[in-house]
Amino acid sequence: MSGVRVLVGTRKGAFILTSDAKRTEWEVSGPYFAGWEIYHLKGSPVDPNRLYASQSTGWFGQLIQRSDDGGKTWEPVGNAFEYEGETGTHQWFDGTQHPWEFKRVWHLEPSLADPDTVYAGVEDAALFRSDDGGSTWRELPGLREAKGHLWQPGAGGMGLHTIVLDPNDAKRIFVAISAAGVFRSDDGGQTWQPTNRGLRSEYELPDPDAEVGHCVHSITMHRSRPDVLFMQKHWDVMRSDDAGESWHEVSGNLPSDFGFPITVHAHEPDTVYVVPIKSDSEHYPPDGKLRVYRSRTGGNEWEALTEGLPQSDCYVNVLRDAMAVDTLAACGVYFGTTGGQVYASADAGDTWTPIVRDLPAVLSVEVQTLP
Amino acid sequence: MIRVTIPVHLRTLAGAGKEVSLRVDGPVTQRAILDALEAAYPTLRGTVRDRASGQRRPLVRFFACGQDLSHESPDAPLPDAVATGAEPFLIVGAMAGG
Repeated sequence: MSGVRVLVGTRKGAFILTSDAKRTEWEVSGPYFAGWEIYHLKGSPVDPNRLYASQSTGWFGQLIQRSDDGGKTWEPVGNAFEYEGETGTHQWFDGTQHPWEFKRVWHLEPSLADPDTVYAGVEDAALFRSDDGGSTWRELPGLREAKGHLWQPGAGGMGLHTIVLDPNDAKRIFVAISAAGVFRSDDGGQTWQPTNRGLRSEYELPDPDAEVGHCVHSITMHRSRPDVLFMQKHWDVMRSDDAGESWHEVSGNLPSDFGFPITVHAHEPDTVYVVPIKSDSEHYPPDGKLRVYRSRTGGNEWEALTEGLPQSDCYVNVLRDAMAVDTLAACGVYFGTTGGQVYASADAGDTWTPIVRDLPAVLSVEVQTLP
Repeated sequence: MIRVTIPVHLRTLAGAGKEVSLRVDGPVTQRAILDALEAAYPTLRGTVRDRASGQRRPLVRFFACGQDLSHESPDAPLPDAVATGAEPFLIVGAMAGG
């Protein structure tokens, strides 16, 4: 019988939540890597038992863990992330140039075709690739040539936090970096171009239409329509219909267009989910009401989804990698909060139930739909 | 044998106990001990010393014989009591926070 496995990374370890396809009874296992920050963990689309996890602390640095049995057991693999060639510099807070320094892995994106191939997005921003199951890592340095000297850290650091692989074109990759923007490669990651036309950052940048420097929080696509991208920017929800060549705003009637995650329904390419957050200086939902907003029109027209979510005195945040969907016939939607709750909806967002309420602050949520 | 005490997170990673015993050939220095530790427990590479720079990670401290040796040269000889195994070399996660 089919089911789902929800992979949750938190400030103090990883947790795995499993259920059958009804998604009403949940088994919680963990913490794995207790006490460590798990920025992200994700499974291979071609081998659901192959998982990768990013494990780090400020004390003992970065490790990568791999599982071949769906998360029951793990082994540490390679943690040497060495920038290729001349390391170079990027913009620093004070306007000077600052050398690239590896800090942590924000995001792991397993290949759509090969369980041993996985991409890692790191801080300071760069993209690495492993073709041996995470044992060794090689930077794709062409990305930093896309005006890397003009990138600068946002408040959360200069992390490469989003990697989107095109299911129709193995050579096309999108990445997003804070605070640099979106970049696209059409040759498997060798060369890159900034794809930020149409983004406007009038409160964050001296030139609101700059080619790079935008604080993109997350991007997503529906696999049936890879030229259409949705973006949650620092402020503004954006859409591109031409693979990032140009963007236009689709914030519409959202109560706030600030936020972090954005995701698309598994079967409806124009159904999009965001979680509005009050502002960049107040990282919690407007009016103390935790509301997911759903658009069924590809943006602009949004409806609040509230049933089962706290509608008073709620001041949690939902981070950029902390929302995902399953691919069951009735699409499930999941998100985790900085208050340690993981909410699930088995009906595309109409109603919500907490799977767990008291985990450490949730950094990431990924979902595997199991056969 | 050199006795090295490691913090709890590294014990989990290494699959080792609180104290590990290491053979060090030649002068007993921080670098020699850490080289031997990483050779015996490869999963600890990068956790005590930065992988790129080889420097002690900022929130790791080295203590021995009641002294903080964190800021000593990695190639300075360690106290005889460490070299003879009478006293352990302590790898410690620094206090961080309030």
